Amino acid sequence: MANKTAVQATINGEDVEFLCEPHQSLLEVLRDVLRLTGTKEGCNNGNCGACNVILDGVLVNSCLVLGVEAQGKRITTIEGIAPPHGLHPLQQKFLEHAALQCGICTPGFIISAKALLDHKPHPSEHEVRHWLAGNLCRCTGYDKIVRAVLDAADVMAVEVSK
Amino acid sequence: MQAFEYIPATTVKEAIAILAREGEQARVLSGGTDLIVQLREGRRKVRAVIDIKQIPEVNELSYDPATGLQIGAAVPCYRIYGSPAIAAAYPGLIDAVSLIGGVQIQGRATLGGNLCNSSPAADSIPALIAHQASALVMGENGERRIPIEEFCIAPGRTQLQRGEILLSIHIPPVSPYSGGAYLRFIPRNEMDIAVVGVGAWVALDQSGTTITAARIALGAVAPTPLYVPESGAGLIGKLVSSETVAEAATIAQAAARPITDMRGSAQQRSHLVGVLTRRALHIALKRAGYKSA
Repeated sequence: MANKTAVQATINGEDVEFLCEPHQSLLEVLRDVLRLTGTKEGCNNGNCGACNVILDGVLVNSCLVLGVEAQGKRITTIEGIAPPHGLHPLQQKFLEHAALQCGICTPGFIISAKALLDHKPHPSEHEVRHWLAGNLCRCTGYDKIVRAVLDAADVMAVEVSK
Repeated sequence: MQAFEYIPATTVKEAIAILAREGEQARVLSGGTDLIVQLREGRRKVRAVIDIKQIPEVNELSYDPATGLQIGAAVPCYRIYGSPAIAAAYPGLIDAVSLIGGVQIQGRATLGGNLCNSSPAADSIPALIAHQASALVMGENGERRIPIEEFCIAPGRTQLQRGEILLSIHIPPVSPYSGGAYLRFIPRNEMDIAVVGVGAWVALDQSGTTITAARIALGAVAPTPLYVPESGAGLIGKLVSSETVAEAATIAQAAARPITDMRGSAQQRSHLVGVLTRRALHIALKRAGYKSA
């Protein structure tokens, strides 16, 4: 049963190959095999969103995906968000708005917000709250996170129009 | 998580052969939002997990106004509400698929999985029953079609026999002057399991005032999603009014067999069946083209 499978995937733009057992989740593979520990384990059952990644353009809980299912897929994790120098506007705005305290939920929120802005560059507040409903934060009360995402969307719109 | 063999099947035939050989020891994986949690928590033990997402047929999502909607068993929710044509034609189905979990669950979770998981509280099933949907199932001896209201037989158990796999769900074409709706009650705004869910579908005559057909289905008030044919039948031939809608809701309430658990009491659930049936019917009527005075 402990036969390991070789899996090829593109993670944050880089082609990688890893070995994993069928029962290892993508979250376990990211953290324990590939040492991409930016993705966090919260509830490990699809409720909290701390482990969110973007899989072939679709936002998913990496705890609910098997590592072997990543074969041939493109995955974006929190490590793939920032440009080579500096921060992504979402990261910058999370800092400016103090949209984090303990930080455990932050990678998941930034990934969810990134998926939202990729899909809808000018979301309403309602849409931001709807998209982030699957991410839990026990520190901020959410309001600062929502403001940070809306502000980042504005900044990114200006950057696009430049 | 418990160890198992992962089998990425590439044809329906291959998946059926494994299901026939392994029986209860094999389980189909589509979105995995229920199965992976069950395996991790030890609520389900299997020797083999058959991933069907590489099988072309079960990924098909097609809508034709003449033949209706076909949803492959491995099509995730977001693809359904992401299609403007499908969203416009079946708003009652869209109500259900867009409130199952959060966005990241909808990116993976499938209607096929929601159906085969056979939870009494599954959100999509009352909506599918209301829309007169059927399941296309294939086994070693060929295909058969099962009305959705007959598919679930107990919590976690379905009509599927050893060696059978769900291929797709079919919803009939949209008839003129018809509309559907799904509503559920949860104690918060998002991300919860239904305390009660109600799917409603109605068709009106050309004048838009008399009901010609209606279907009501309930969730989380019986061991399986519950079709209440008598509730819809009582509406046929009646002029639309608050009284006729209230009568249908009373019939639905009488059919519900709710229990008391951590999510709500039997009394609260019974009350909710009445409220939600009325509201779902009003939305369905509006979508069917009824203009209230």
